[in-house]
Amino acid sequence: MKLAYDLHIHSGLSPCGDKDMTPNNIVNMAFLKGLKIIAVTDHNSMLNLEAVVEVAKKREILVVPGIEVTTREEVHVLCYFSTVEDGMSFQDLIYDSLANITNKEILFGEQLLFDKEDNIIGKVEKMLLGSSKYSLEEIFNLVEKHNGVVVPAHVDNSSFSILSTLGFFPDNIDIRTIEVHDMKRLKKMVGVLNLEKYKIVNNSDAHYLFSISEADYHMDLGRATVSSVIDYLKAGCDIN
Amino acid sequence: MKLSTIIDKLNLEVVVGTELEEREAEGVYIGDLLSIVMSKAEKNNLWITIQTHINIIAVATLVDLSGIIIVEGMEIEKDAIEKAKEVGIPLLKSRLSAFEVTSKLKEIGL
Repeated sequence: MKLAYDLHIHSGLSPCGDKDMTPNNIVNMAFLKGLKIIAVTDHNSMLNLEAVVEVAKKREILVVPGIEVTTREEVHVLCYFSTVEDGMSFQDLIYDSLANITNKEILFGEQLLFDKEDNIIGKVEKMLLGSSKYSLEEIFNLVEKHNGVVVPAHVDNSSFSILSTLGFFPDNIDIRTIEVHDMKRLKKMVGVLNLEKYKIVNNSDAHYLFSISEADYHMDLGRATVSSVIDYLKAGCDIN
Repeated sequence: MKLSTIIDKLNLEVVVGTELEEREAEGVYIGDLLSIVMSKAEKNNLWITIQTHINIIAVATLVDLSGIIIVEGMEIEKDAIEKAKEVGIPLLKSRLSAFEVTSKLKEIGL
């Protein structure tokens, strides 16, 4: 079955995420747009995941546990997990590995924690915009240990992308699926990557409600389960 | 200027030393975004960076840089060191900042 997805949405926990990006607003906007699979991937934290999962049940939307990690090289990678437990244990490692710098709300924005009724139940103190102490390769290994999959984020962007920061894809990591922001721009990068090798996903990277994707991009899955999504991303082009 | 002279005068740590007597630096490039270094650095530049990922060695080879100085005492990844040995790129290290290293290079006439 072909299911519409958006696997890169920020909640109000990301300092750059709008404070209207609450669990109910995100899920209901996804529902209105006809999305069947979403992931809320905040910067270096997954602490709004459980509220989003709760809310999404009512709308029968599949939530893939996810996080957007900043590696030591300052590359943004999306990491997805089959279970909330695996995701949360990974996110603990990432949060612990961030430098101990307190977030300056006035500069970066608030880092809000919500419950399933959209009440603000707290704020994350450490600045989430910094980078983890783990290298790209170490993140790959850690995600694998947690049965997850890594998808390099917005590889065509001129900042925080694997191609801008590291120039090209290193061959010590097994990348199967990549996220692209602008396909036209990516196609101009054929000098540094062989597009045929990768499955490409298109997400919104929404920081505001209105930016969440329309039902334009689909995944063809045997079953509508989180582990099918993980397998789909892990397989890359192999299943085409 | 010979790399061996630069190493002496700036008291750099030699992590990987290859052809230090033969290699000449003809200018300096500073940058940490490898996509930019690949397109802007010039042949025989000495490259100053804090990026320590293995890809720095490939970039240095690609552009034909004379060597790399890792500044701020950043710990260099093992596979980067191995690769530098394999392809013969001098890998040097300093506890100073990029600005301090560059100022000293200027002082000694590079």
